[in-house]
Amino acid sequence: MPARIVILGGGVGGTLAANLLARQLRRDARVTVVDPSGMHVYQPGFLYAALGKANGRWLARDERTLLRDDVELVVEAATRVDADQGVVRLGHGGSLAWDYLVLATGARLVPELVPGLVEGAHEFYSLEGALRLREALRRFHGGRILVGVAGIPYKCPPAPVEFTLMLDQYLRRRGIRDASRLVLLSPLNRAFTIESASRLVQPLLERRGIGLETFFNVESVDPAAGTVSSLEGDKAAYDLLVLVPPHAGQEVIQASGLGDAGGWVPTDRTTLQHQQHERILALGDATDLPISKSGSTAHFEAPVIASRIASLVRGTAPRANYGGRVMCFLETGDGKATALRFDYEHPPVPPAPSRVWHAAKWAFNRLYWETVPQGRIPDNPLPRRTR
Amino acid sequence: MSVAIATTLDFKGLSCPLPIVKTAQAFKTLPSGAVAEVLATDAGSVADFTAWCSATGNRLVEHSADGGIYRFVIRRK
Repeated sequence: MPARIVILGGGVGGTLAANLLARQLRRDARVTVVDPSGMHVYQPGFLYAALGKANGRWLARDERTLLRDDVELVVEAATRVDADQGVVRLGHGGSLAWDYLVLATGARLVPELVPGLVEGAHEFYSLEGALRLREALRRFHGGRILVGVAGIPYKCPPAPVEFTLMLDQYLRRRGIRDASRLVLLSPLNRAFTIESASRLVQPLLERRGIGLETFFNVESVDPAAGTVSSLEGDKAAYDLLVLVPPHAGQEVIQASGLGDAGGWVPTDRTTLQHQQHERILALGDATDLPISKSGSTAHFEAPVIASRIASLVRGTAPRANYGGRVMCFLETGDGKATALRFDYEHPPVPPAPSRVWHAAKWAFNRLYWETVPQGRIPDNPLPRRTR
Repeated sequence: MSVAIATTLDFKGLSCPLPIVKTAQAFKTLPSGAVAEVLATDAGSVADFTAWCSATGNRLVEHSADGGIYRFVIRRK
């Protein structure tokens, strides 16, 4: 009997893992992807959509068109996992039995955790949020804009910095930059968590007259007064507020007792196995690993998961390990970008911002649909530069 | 000199900037003058906590490192 492999979530990691497993195991496995929407969303596009540089059309596709024919797609919400029985319960009452389960459920936004956030702040972490922000920016003709994060961890750590630098360019292009004050709120004493990236970004902020408010950990927003308060006891006024909402793991993880307090899956950093269940593996934003929540993380983890499960199905010892590899582009505005490439052992050494990296990011945005979900990008397209 | 430690905040295994964020959250609930011990393993902790204390006015009473674990004793302002 073929091994039953169920993958919860049809994002980057789930889709790629499914295609790789079906390709590697063929008739030895039956691979099923369970996804509540059946649509695959290219989340890095939200940043561009918010600034009017992308329309919603190229940001989502039917998941079926990205999966191999021999992968089954179940468009339903998974409501509960029974780890001991090896069963997933589905929203409409049915269930699926599995021999191996992959949790690729991603993260969800929980803006309600911060008082005033829903009413007072914009975000570009959902398609609706990005389009709503785009329209608010169109109506904006000058004033004070604050950009920051309202909870940690959050997806795509460079995004607030990228958004701020690209917004500066956007305001200049519209001729209202002089009428605007732009401030980045940071939870630390620097612009970005990674020191080397911070050293690169901070002079850019200074040169463009972008303010940096340090040690500002958002506690609450007062939409009536137009202010945001920090845990450190500071208060800042805004005309337009853009805050990355707090994130949490999916409800199915928590309902099944498979996550920690935040709903993140306790995951082994090299084998990607669940800490308590060896037949459950996790990848991407769903894990509790201390690395970036990013599509590239899921992209690099999926081949490890596929290889390990294929070995287990064939009865051989799994050898593939995840080394913590992440690759993030960082747009710096004015048609330039840099890149952060790092892993568990090596911090990133970002190159000077250039048009080449921006072109690479833009090409990636367009080529994504035909390459990444299908596993057509070689495992190490861009060797990491180390010290 | 030893100080009475009211609470221990164990942030071992968390990566930057979580130890700072969680410390800021916890300090919000501490009374003025209370002393907390913070444990972290993030390599940037020493610089981050030193800067956080001087920026927020909380006093870094002492800090030490032992086998990759950083310990900070901080008195709330």
